[in-house]
Amino acid sequence: MSAMLTLYVPRDSAALAVGADAVADALHAAALAHGAALQLVRNGSRGLLWLETLVEVATPQGRVAYGPVAPDDVPALWPALVAEADGTPSAHPLRQGVTDQIPYLALQERLTFRRVGITDPLSLDDYAAHGGWAGLQAAVGMDSAAILHEVTHSGLRGRGGAAFPAGIKWKTVAHAVATPGATKYVVCNADEGDSGTFADRMLMEGDPYLLIEGMAIAALAVGATEGYVYIRSEYPHAVATLTEAVARATAAGWIGDDVCRSGRAFHLHVRMGAGSYVCGEETAMLESLEGKRGIVRAKPPLPALEGLFGQPTVINNVLTFAAVPTILAQGGAFYRNYGVGRSHGTLPFQLAGNIRRGGLVEKAFGLTLRELLYGFGGGTASGRPVKAVQVGGPLGTYVPESQWDVPLDYEAYAAIGAVVGHGGLVVHDDTADMAGLARYAMEFCALESCGKCTPCRIGSTRGVEVIDRITLNRHQPVVRDQQVTLLRDLCETMVGGSLCAMGGMTPFPVLSALNHYPADFGL
Amino acid sequence: MNAPASAAPAAATADVPLTPRQQQALSAVLAERGALPGALLPVLHGVQDALGHIPPAALPVIARALHLSRAEVHGVVTYYHHFRTTPPRGRVVQICRAEACRSMGAEALMAHAQSAIDAHGCDTLEAAYCLGLCAQSPAVMVGDRLHARMTPAKLDALLVSDPSAQGEGA
Repeated sequence: MSAMLTLYVPRDSAALAVGADAVADALHAAALAHGAALQLVRNGSRGLLWLETLVEVATPQGRVAYGPVAPDDVPALWPALVAEADGTPSAHPLRQGVTDQIPYLALQERLTFRRVGITDPLSLDDYAAHGGWAGLQAAVGMDSAAILHEVTHSGLRGRGGAAFPAGIKWKTVAHAVATPGATKYVVCNADEGDSGTFADRMLMEGDPYLLIEGMAIAALAVGATEGYVYIRSEYPHAVATLTEAVARATAAGWIGDDVCRSGRAFHLHVRMGAGSYVCGEETAMLESLEGKRGIVRAKPPLPALEGLFGQPTVINNVLTFAAVPTILAQGGAFYRNYGVGRSHGTLPFQLAGNIRRGGLVEKAFGLTLRELLYGFGGGTASGRPVKAVQVGGPLGTYVPESQWDVPLDYEAYAAIGAVVGHGGLVVHDDTADMAGLARYAMEFCALESCGKCTPCRIGSTRGVEVIDRITLNRHQPVVRDQQVTLLRDLCETMVGGSLCAMGGMTPFPVLSALNHYPADFGL
Repeated sequence: MNAPASAAPAAATADVPLTPRQQQALSAVLAERGALPGALLPVLHGVQDALGHIPPAALPVIARALHLSRAEVHGVVTYYHHFRTTPPRGRVVQICRAEACRSMGAEALMAHAQSAIDAHGCDTLEAAYCLGLCAQSPAVMVGDRLHARMTPAKLDALLVSDPSAQGEGA
C-alpha cells in the first residue's frame, strides 16, 4: 500500500502574501515528479506569522511544522517531508518540530482560535468533527432567557474595543419591540481597520463557521431573523471565504429558514465596506449598510433599540460573536474562569509592527505587555531596543517601558489612561520619531473623519499644524511651549466634544507621545 | 484613501455617455442587486468590479433605479475611498502607510515607489491604511494580490515582472 502523504499549506492572506500558493503548486509538482499520492489541505494560519509559509506534514507523532518555506525550498524539503510522514524526524534547517509543541503555541490558551490553522476552513465535516455547532445545538434547546443568562454570566465584553458587557446589550435587544411587520437584526462589525490588528481577518478566513454559529446563537437569544456581516473592502479573501461559508451553512440547514431544526429562521448576508475607517464605528457602519455615507449617528437612540433600518439590532465585533459558541457549549462559568478582575475570558492579542515573532497570541486577560513583547515576540525585528508600543489601534496610547508590567485587563489599562482595545500591539524600535507618529495620528483623523462634528473635522487638521509648529520651533522655547499648550487645549476639546471615538480618542496617541517622549518634540 | 500619487487619465465627466458594454454591465448589476435592502454600496461595488471604475454617467441611472437623488449617489461615491470615477492608469499599487508598516519602513518604501512609478509612468500608486498583514510589514497590494515583508528591491522586481497583477483598466 502506498502511503498517502498529507500536507497542510495555509490559505490565510498572511500566507498568500508571502507566496503560499506558489509553495502549494511546488508541492503538487514534487508529488507528481516522485509519483507520490498527496493530500494537500489548505488550512487557516496557526498565527505564527514569522514562519509563514508554514508547511505541516501529518506524522505518527502529530503534525510537524516547517517554515518559513519559500517555493524554491520545496525540492530539498520534499525528502524530509516524506521521511517525516514515516515517522523519521529530519534534520532540515526549517524544521520547527511538532506544531502543537512549539512554545509560542503551547503556551497559549486558545478558546476562540482553537480550530484556526488546524482545519480546512470551509469544510463542514472538519468543523463538526472539531466540536463545531455544539454551542448552537445547546442554544436551540434553551429559551431566550437561558441563553442570555449564560452569555451574561460568562462575563463576555465587547471585543471591538468598547468592552461593553455582551449579555446586557443582548438583553436590551431581546426586550425591545420591533415595528410590527419588521424584524430585529444581528450585525457583525468586521470593519477591522486598526493598524496592528488582524484577528478578525484570521478568524473569518480560518474558521468562518464559528462566526456564523455565534451570530445564529445571538439571533436565537434576541429573536432576530436577519443578519449582516460588514467586512472592509481591504479584506477580499475574508469576504470570499465568509460568503462561501454562509452559502454552505445555509444549504446544510445550520442557518436559513429553519436554524438547526429549531423552526426559527435566520438569514445571514455578507456586505463589503468601501474603504472608510470611521465605518468601524457602529452607527457609521449602520448608515453604510443602509446604503448611505458612513456618517456617525448621535446616540441615543441606542442601536440596540433603533439600529439597522430603525429596528432593534445587536451589534458586536467578530471576536465577540466568535467567543459565544464556546460559552454555550461549555457554560458561562467555564469562560468566566479565564481572566482577571472584571476582564473575563481570553483575548487574541496581535503582535505587530517591528517585532521578531509577530503573530496571534490568545491568552487569558492578566498577562503583561512585557511577557508578550519578549516572551512571545522575542523583541524587535530590527534587533534594536523597543521604544514604544501602541496598544489598542490607532486610537490607543503609546505605552512606555515604565508601564509594560501593568496587567492587560480593561480596568488596569483604564487606570493608566490606556486602552486594551481590540488587542493589537504595534511595536516601534528606538529609531521611531514619536512627534512624527503623533502628527500621523492627527493626519489620519483628518483623512478619515466623517465630518459630522467640528472637533474631529477641524481639530484634526489644526492638530497637524500645531505639531508642525512645535517641531519647527524646537529651538525657540517661547513659541514652542505656547504651541504645546495649544495642542493640549485642542486635545481636551476633541476628547470632550467629539461625537465618537474617532475624534474623541485621536488625542490618546498624541498626548501619550508628548507626555512620555517629550524629547522627540524638542522638549 | 486614494492619494493622487500620479495624474489621473483624461477625466471622465457625466457628459461622456456610457458605452454599450458599460450600459449592459450596469443593467446586469442593477438587475442582480438593485432590490437588496440598502442596495447602493453593493451596486457600486458591482459596477466598479465590472468596469474598473464608476463612470459618472452611471450615477443618474443608478439614482433612478434605486429611487435616490443623484446628489445622494454622488455623495456616497465620493465619500468612500474605495470608489473611483476614472479608470486607474495601469496597475493599482497600494502601499500601507499605517502604524505597523511605518514601524518597518513604509514611508521610505512609499517614497521609493513614488519615484519608480513617476519614472515609468504606467501604474497608479495609492496609499492604503492597513491591509491586515501587520505582523509582516510593510505590506503592499498590487492589483488584487497581497505582498508582505516588502522591500524596495522586491517591489522593483514585482512592478517589472508580475503579469498576474495587471489592473482591470477601462
